[in-house]
Amino acid sequence: MKHIKTLSTRDLKESVKKGGCGECQTSCQSACKTSCTVGNQSCEKLK
Amino acid sequence: MIHQYKSNDYNIVMDVNSGSVHIVDDIVYDMIPLVEPLMNEGIKDPEIIKAAVLNLANIPYPDEVIIEAVEEVLALEKAGQLFSPDIYENAVFDFKNRETVVKALCLHIAHDCNLACKYCFAEEGEYHGRRCHMSYEVGKKALDFLVAHSGNRINLEVDFFGGEPLMNYQVVKDLVAYGRSLEAAHHKKFRFTLTTNGVLLNSDMLEFINTEMSNVVLSLDGRKEVHDRMRPFRGGQGSYEMVVPKFIETAESRNQENYYIRGTFTHHNLDFAEDVLHLNDLGFQQISVEPVVASDKESYAIKEMDLPGIKREYDRLALEMIRRHKEGKGFNFFHFMIDLSGGPCVAKRLSGCGSGTEYLAVTPWGDLYPCHQFVGDEEFLMGNVEEGIIRDDIRNQFKCCNVYAKDKCKKCFARFYCSGGCAANAFHFKGNMNDVYDIGCELQRKRVECAIMIKAALAEEEVFDSRADRQSII
Repeated sequence: MKHIKTLSTRDLKESVKKGGCGECQTSCQSACKTSCTVGNQSCEKLK
Repeated sequence: MIHQYKSNDYNIVMDVNSGSVHIVDDIVYDMIPLVEPLMNEGIKDPEIIKAAVLNLANIPYPDEVIIEAVEEVLALEKAGQLFSPDIYENAVFDFKNRETVVKALCLHIAHDCNLACKYCFAEEGEYHGRRCHMSYEVGKKALDFLVAHSGNRINLEVDFFGGEPLMNYQVVKDLVAYGRSLEAAHHKKFRFTLTTNGVLLNSDMLEFINTEMSNVVLSLDGRKEVHDRMRPFRGGQGSYEMVVPKFIETAESRNQENYYIRGTFTHHNLDFAEDVLHLNDLGFQQISVEPVVASDKESYAIKEMDLPGIKREYDRLALEMIRRHKEGKGFNFFHFMIDLSGGPCVAKRLSGCGSGTEYLAVTPWGDLYPCHQFVGDEEFLMGNVEEGIIRDDIRNQFKCCNVYAKDKCKKCFARFYCSGGCAANAFHFKGNMNDVYDIGCELQRKRVECAIMIKAALAEEEVFDSRADRQSII
């Protein structure tokens, strides 16, 4: 494409079907402790 | 929903519902706000859209270029990467009825501390109550409770927290050993972490931490004057000189991985990028400096009038990080970390931090709370390690807390990165978990924008993944 570059991203819609295993790290939103918030995380299954 | 913004000469377009991120030229950037309302009305006919865009006088480009750009936009729409619908809100009913298990505990190993940090939400470690150290017996019961209530989860997390957990170090060691003894029989894997102010840290403890802790959080605010202002000993002396060498040793011994230097910035150091860079200049590569959360009455609290300056500071930090990265001296700033291709699934993004459901805090005497921020708020006392969760109603309240239960989150482009923010902050500031801590939201949005801009800047010539491109090739 000439006008648009798309970064490689996980398709959230697809993750509805394949996600939800719950094995990912618990994330503290206010990050006062282990400094892990949802947006900053990676999926354990995709690692 | 589309969110678009300009940062560091990049035009960035976020398609919120698919998670897609696009870097676009000025033509597309100007066009998207014109196309979006048409898409929202269900108008997708390419000829209608082209005609609508061409008819609007304020896009100063040649017609053929506009048509070319419209076709690219429509190709992405067809590939589900632009103007994608929100299909998640309808799934929330099932989400609220989901089974939950406990998979993480925050053990308050000590309601006690050897520093007197001025911003401590735990009132210098005591959490509105009495000084107390967790006994090994209570800790064992906590781990037994966790294993018994974790369902099929293999990975279990236990955070040693406080106060200052190293004040009760023997119990930390004993509980790690006990946890390990449970792993094989119960098919579990413990991931232990520890947060410390570093005052008591010595070589024996460091060896143990490096053997057993998946992560260690080291509290250090930044420049000496900044750190010592907010993190003194009880007698008023600063703690910077004591803890910095120990933390440098810790970071090096872990090969600059699996730790965080964790600082807090306040109203007194709104130029916090200087603190982040100071920490990097000391040699740390895993850095987290986060805004203090405090009542307005405190002089150090972040005020609304501070927000424009803080946002500029995040921009400044992002640019400097890119510069250092390109010079081969990159470092990780926690709030700018974002995994676009391997980030969490929607289920996780809806459930957020898991407080009150998957994650509980345990006091030294074994009481259960939704998280460490609620400890001491008696109305949130959920149960104890002997009897388990007694207050199902509190658990349900947290279970139902998600971005679609919060009006402000529903309209926010950052909802799938933030997941609704901190329930404790919402409750303490607004009296309602389904409201939000607005200052936190402003900063979160800014950080997400910076994080994505950094990704764009560092992607440069790397391969981009447009499903529309691949489809057109096919």
